[in-house]
Amino acid sequence: MLSPGTQAPDFTLRCTPDQSVSLSELRGQPVVLAFYPADWSPVCGDQMALYNETLDEFQEFQAELIGISVDGAWCHDAFAKHNKLHFPLLADFEPKGAVARAYGVYDEKDGTCERALFVIDSDGIIHWSYVSPTGVNPGANGILSALEDLRTKSETTPAAK
Amino acid sequence: MSARIPLTLPDPERDHISGSADGLIRLLEYGDYECPFCAEVQPIVKEIQRRLSDDLLFGFRNFPLTNIHPHSEHAAEAAEAAGTQKNFWGMHDTLFENQGSLDDDDLAEYAAELGLDGTRLIREVTSSVYAPRIREDFKSGVRGGVNGTPTFFINGERYDGTLDLKHLLNALTPQSA
Repeated sequence: MLSPGTQAPDFTLRCTPDQSVSLSELRGQPVVLAFYPADWSPVCGDQMALYNETLDEFQEFQAELIGISVDGAWCHDAFAKHNKLHFPLLADFEPKGAVARAYGVYDEKDGTCERALFVIDSDGIIHWSYVSPTGVNPGANGILSALEDLRTKSETTPAAK
Repeated sequence: MSARIPLTLPDPERDHISGSADGLIRLLEYGDYECPFCAEVQPIVKEIQRRLSDDLLFGFRNFPLTNIHPHSEHAAEAAEAAGTQKNFWGMHDTLFENQGSLDDDDLAEYAAELGLDGTRLIREVTSSVYAPRIREDFKSGVRGGVNGTPTFFINGERYDGTLDLKHLLNALTPQSA
């Protein structure tokens, strides 16, 4: 997987059947990329359902959360509606898993994204990354610690840019 | 968030606790009244409390997943409101036992059954009196490593094992296993 300090590869993926999102559009704020294996995993322990409840915490850092899996946009649409998700799910669908491969978190054997997290800073540089065993929901604490760390760093580096 | 709350241990000063405040075995649950897995584990928690008795300090914090469980927030608030009327655990048990019926009318009915002031309880629930406290519970869970419900912490360590009586008891009392 790509390490901290690396430029996050740009991408443009569908977030709904007729809309796309590019990573580069999100410059100027931290971005949390949450790669996950599949929509429709069991609900109460579901990672995306948990993040949906922690959006306020991410928002405190002005961070944008994005979920990514190889499911198609229509599948994401149904999943997001079912779970009332309030953040975009991107479809790494065609060519399948291309973005996950670029980030080094594609599981060739299962043909899905690994359960991997990236916190990207406002300049598009990877600040923190973590891959969890596929069956283990990594929770949100690591992301929040990374966002805190990022804020501390930007406060102690006066006028870096 | 408040840094004073121990994230993974029950705090007798703050939390709803059951058992003995001096109990050496400290079990903290983060749960959601509308989560089926939480309801399933409830009788197991009861049995653990019965068996460990005063050796156990049990605490419960709210971790409502409000988007997938639309009744979970009001249910949590009802338990907190019952707590103000000195019967948190009565409401807590009632809510898990009646997980399929958690509309506001149901909450008022449970309050009446428990001999509480239902009018006051519903007024507090609908005006979100306890929402900040529930949010504080939730945040402490997120920072403590809760990744779904129910999540248990045994003496401050997250328990990732099987949620049955045998495994939980073994983890709670390793010396006697």
